[in-house]
Amino acid sequence: MTSKTIATSVYDWVDERLGLTELAAFARHKTVPVHSQSFWYYWGGISLFLFLVQCFTGVLLLVYYRPGAEAFESVRQITFVMHFGWLIRSAHAWSANLMIFSIVVHMFSVFFMKAYRKPRELGWLSGMALLGIATVFGFSGYLLPMDELSYFATKVGLEIPASIPWIGTAIANMLRGGPEVSEFTVQRFFALHVVVLPALFLPLLGFHLWLVQKHGNAVPPSEEAKPASERKSMPFMPNFLRKDLAMWLISLNILALLASVFPWSLGKQYDALAPAPLGIHPEWYFMSPFEMLKLLGNILPGAIGEIAGMLLVGVALVLWLLIPFYDSTSASGRRGRNAHYFGLLAVFALLTTTLIGYWTIR
Amino acid sequence: MTEQINLENIVPEPQEPGEKTTRRFFLAAAGAAGVCYAAALAYPIYRYLASPEEMAMNATAVTEVTLKDANKLPLGSVLMFKFGSAPAMLIHHQDGRWISMTAVCTHLGCTVQYEPQADRIHCACHGGVYDPYTGANVSGPPPKPLKLFKAVVNDTGVEVSRA
Repeated sequence: MTSKTIATSVYDWVDERLGLTELAAFARHKTVPVHSQSFWYYWGGISLFLFLVQCFTGVLLLVYYRPGAEAFESVRQITFVMHFGWLIRSAHAWSANLMIFSIVVHMFSVFFMKAYRKPRELGWLSGMALLGIATVFGFSGYLLPMDELSYFATKVGLEIPASIPWIGTAIANMLRGGPEVSEFTVQRFFALHVVVLPALFLPLLGFHLWLVQKHGNAVPPSEEAKPASERKSMPFMPNFLRKDLAMWLISLNILALLASVFPWSLGKQYDALAPAPLGIHPEWYFMSPFEMLKLLGNILPGAIGEIAGMLLVGVALVLWLLIPFYDSTSASGRRGRNAHYFGLLAVFALLTTTLIGYWTIR
Repeated sequence: MTEQINLENIVPEPQEPGEKTTRRFFLAAAGAAGVCYAAALAYPIYRYLASPEEMAMNATAVTEVTLKDANKLPLGSVLMFKFGSAPAMLIHHQDGRWISMTAVCTHLGCTVQYEPQADRIHCACHGGVYDPYTGANVSGPPPKPLKLFKAVVNDTGVEVSRA
């Protein structure tokens, strides 16, 4: 037998059991719409790539990281003793931030292209859940080095669930593993970060990606209005895939540049008796809600302000989640316009509160 | 983006001979660049994962260990210590002799044990037996003797060095 016939028979054997031919046919027929806003189609893929980077660098960090009482010492070792440990850790931290950023860009592009409309409502909801889990990934991962900043960030962050009336203290104590942030907190945040969250995230991600294959890329209403003969598209295999991979390569280069030129720092080991360091502030993706709560606290002082703030942010989030059911018709009518304004308002509110937040750091 | 699409759906045209070598050269250059890129990614990861191994290598470069207060070791007993990164032992024999040797079995690398009653060194993994004075492999599977170290006793402890 020649090598070619061996290859064919191996392919046939696998094909009979896994149906490769159908998959290949599906891939061949998959197309991606081409129009003036096609650029935004890459952001889901970029988010996915950065998630893969997180898995990979995360496993590498897991090789030396020790949760619990030794957490800070092990991160110090990774950063200063192990060869290139600083780079791996820096890549993990930078990629985490870039991933949240690209998911947010992806979300807004979906929003303004109205890609959440029927039949893609579940894509929107699963995507929002993925973003939600990603922020919890960020919050739990931030504590793991157990330096001064991560200690205070977690302390302050857990005050938010703690301010829920009646059950808040119990929830916060459960998350912290006691009344104070300690080695018990870092141990359970570690379990959350490397076991619980991935177990939730991965199947949801699979579902999200399956939906994209099922329904294909949505086109914006302006494109939908055109007759079919005027719409353009390109085959996914290999044209779009090639561009997708080029975007991944660009992302990797940007990540490598950021991680090596601006290495992630490690502060002093946390000290439960030391005062909070000056200029401490939440991560940029928590800055906006944090600042909104603060602003509302100024207007309505005390517990009322806190509860009102949480209610307001909560209601806005629920409205944001339910947008596919409000703006559901494909023709762009009054509801479509309102949704558009709601999106612009959200962008405006996020940007201004984030800016105010950074402006007022002292 | 639209224009690029037309560019990409290239129908194979009759090529000039020069064009083909240019294309081949381009592919080779792209492949080489890809290999360099992959190596640039793999190198730090390899060094990162190999860090403890390198530390151990540095540790085996050790040629001398000072065991503080080991001169007070009673007759017929043993002191286990680390010579570099590997276990070693210092035996104070009943006849007053000081013997030091590696404690890594030459068969499959288990840590061996000094048995004062039987006056032998025994490996529990596969029953290898060594002589507690010379390190010679006496019976069982070990293919080679245990390497001896030089032990010098002074007022403050015992200095162990490579023989």
